[in-house]
Amino acid sequence: MAELAYRDALNQALAEEMARDPRVFLMGEEVARYDGAYKVSKGLLEKFGSARVVDAPISELGFGGLGVGAAMAGLRPVIEMMTWNFAILAMDQIVNSAAKLRHMSGGQLRCPIVFRGPNGAGGRLSSQHSQALEANYAHFPGLKVIAPCTPADAKGLLKSAIRDDNPVIFMEAELLYGVKGEVPEGEYTIPIGKADVKREGSDVTIITWSRMLTAHVLPAAQQLAEAGINAEVIDLRTIKPMDEEAIAASVKKTNRVVIVEEGWGYAGFGGHVADFISRELFDDLDAPVIRVHGLDVNMSYASNHEPLIQPSVGRIIEAVNKVLYR
Amino acid sequence: MPNAILLPALSPTMSEGRLTKWLKKEGDKISSGDAIAEVETDKSNLEIEASDSGVLLKIVVPGGATAPIGGVIGWIGKAGEAIPDAPPPAAAAPAAAPAPAPVKAAPAAAVPPPPPKKAAPAPVAADRLRASPLAKKIAETQGLDLSSVPGSGPNGRIVKRDVEEALAAPKASGKSAGRTIIRSAPGVRQPPDSLPISNMRKVIAQRLGEVKPGVPHFYLTIDVEMDQALKLREEAKSQDMKVSVNDIIVKATAIAVRRFPRINQIFAGDHIEQLHTVDVGVAVAIEDGLITPLIRDADQKGLAEIGEEVRELAERAKKKALKPEEYTGGSITVSNLGMFGIDSFIAVINPPHSAILAVGKVEPKVVVRDNQMVIRQMMSITLSGDHRVIDGAVGAQYLQELRGLLEHPLRLVL
Repeated sequence: MAELAYRDALNQALAEEMARDPRVFLMGEEVARYDGAYKVSKGLLEKFGSARVVDAPISELGFGGLGVGAAMAGLRPVIEMMTWNFAILAMDQIVNSAAKLRHMSGGQLRCPIVFRGPNGAGGRLSSQHSQALEANYAHFPGLKVIAPCTPADAKGLLKSAIRDDNPVIFMEAELLYGVKGEVPEGEYTIPIGKADVKREGSDVTIITWSRMLTAHVLPAAQQLAEAGINAEVIDLRTIKPMDEEAIAASVKKTNRVVIVEEGWGYAGFGGHVADFISRELFDDLDAPVIRVHGLDVNMSYASNHEPLIQPSVGRIIEAVNKVLYR
Repeated sequence: MPNAILLPALSPTMSEGRLTKWLKKEGDKISSGDAIAEVETDKSNLEIEASDSGVLLKIVVPGGATAPIGGVIGWIGKAGEAIPDAPPPAAAAPAAAPAPAPVKAAPAAAVPPPPPKKAAPAPVAADRLRASPLAKKIAETQGLDLSSVPGSGPNGRIVKRDVEEALAAPKASGKSAGRTIIRSAPGVRQPPDSLPISNMRKVIAQRLGEVKPGVPHFYLTIDVEMDQALKLREEAKSQDMKVSVNDIIVKATAIAVRRFPRINQIFAGDHIEQLHTVDVGVAVAIEDGLITPLIRDADQKGLAEIGEEVRELAERAKKKALKPEEYTGGSITVSNLGMFGIDSFIAVINPPHSAILAVGKVEPKVVVRDNQMVIRQMMSITLSGDHRVIDGAVGAQYLQELRGLLEHPLRLVL
């Protein structure tokens, strides 16, 4: 196993898939000559040429639509959004075109496209550039949504996303790009829709995804372990489709659930997880499901406010104590 | 329209309250602000004041019973007014009548759980029984009636741990049905009574359980002058009777329990068991372990009989030939390491007992009596008590009684 940064694991996935399938190409702002705003596409222009690594103008709706057209015509585009905050401009192409083409054409058209880029807060980027938007995309039928946290998961899932015949929303995180982790050598993929138990436990299930896993959930689980509480941590990895089996297996064991997400609580994705649990696992619950999420405010520019608005180890431990009636 | 009298939250930590007594009778006139009932909270006894004026039409929760916060305990209205068709509150625990407490149904043997039965017809009034879905499921599969289970969650919610405790309690305190080999079974052995746990006890048990999980022990040590007891042993010998110091201690332990029944209680989860028989466990070291056979009705047996029984049980214990009923029951154990030259030690309680006595060796020591140094045969006893059920003062009074008996062994036979 090699230790790779998250951005390098993504870079490997792109390079491998582009080498494997000549229909795969990458397009986005600064992806070619500048190697990508976060250096995810480093060296790809040199390796694959300007026909397959394409710098786009600052026009998300335009190059988003170009990608959808290319996918309809038989190519397999990977469209990099400099951040998901900017992809809001491309919502029409993603939601109204990519997600619906198969349906609107009665199955005659396919749209095998990946939209990818960083999601969530960076650090002092204020409210317009700090949003965790996965719940928005999970809302629409026709889209798959992936939000991996570790370099190994990022690589294996990006490869699966590129090979998928449907539009996939692939959410990375600015604060994860430099994080290193073990990545298996050689060819591998990770199936879309499979959660991963990142820590086994018996007292409480903490469900999370993306950056929250390493930033707050695993450190909280460590502190809980020191206090004699054994938390099981489930990394969903894929938001949609959600791995209901993995959630059920864990909740049946622990009888208590805390859901941690970076985004806002109001209509956040954790609400969907809680809905599934209360509907299908009601008799296994010994306490109400509790969610820890970003506060229902716009992200502050002030660095001392940022950690207060986002989930924290303290808030997670508080929630765990609550479901344990401690 | 009559107004319901609801049990108010009288302290921030209480989830239910025991209505110790009503200060008004049905039919009494009441003005807003009158004290109408007394409630025991987890901290103290407080009076409930009426928030409406009128006549006390009906008492729903009788004195001695418990009700959840917000539960209807009675009705106030105009004389003769009809009370809304509301049955008694669901969560009111079975009346802990102040007079002779009802004997809890003899806990059946642990094996097969009774078939699931519907909760007693305790329809829901203003408040309802709150239990987590999981707690309800476990109760249903185990045939447990949730209305008798105290809830430890928010709003008195019954959660998994409460159900597990309730299921475990009868087993832990269950006396085995079988009788032992006692030769002189003196009279009828009265079964234990089930006493409600006061809210203060509940809080003590919970808080001390947090500090010392499991059985929260406390320890008391007392020195006993054994000269008279040794003299008794010598006299018995001269009469060709074999009586050991340990036999005298077992007998004294039992008599002291009989005189001080507060020590004869067992913590049984949701209630306390008051035993009416005095069975003393005697710790016997055996190869690779230890077992504590019981001297049943030790308070009613002679020293010689106790001695013979201890030796017989110890011998069979060493052969591992004791039947379970010969080492199950009682509330107290005597563990004597004096023969090994131990001065004093601290013993671990043998659950579900509430106390154990650690007895050291008897040896001559210089002590001060009437301002004079004199030599006396001294022995140390250390009591370990289960703080969930007995307190330091209770243990201390028991030890005083025990010392008195040992120092004046004539009292053992009087």
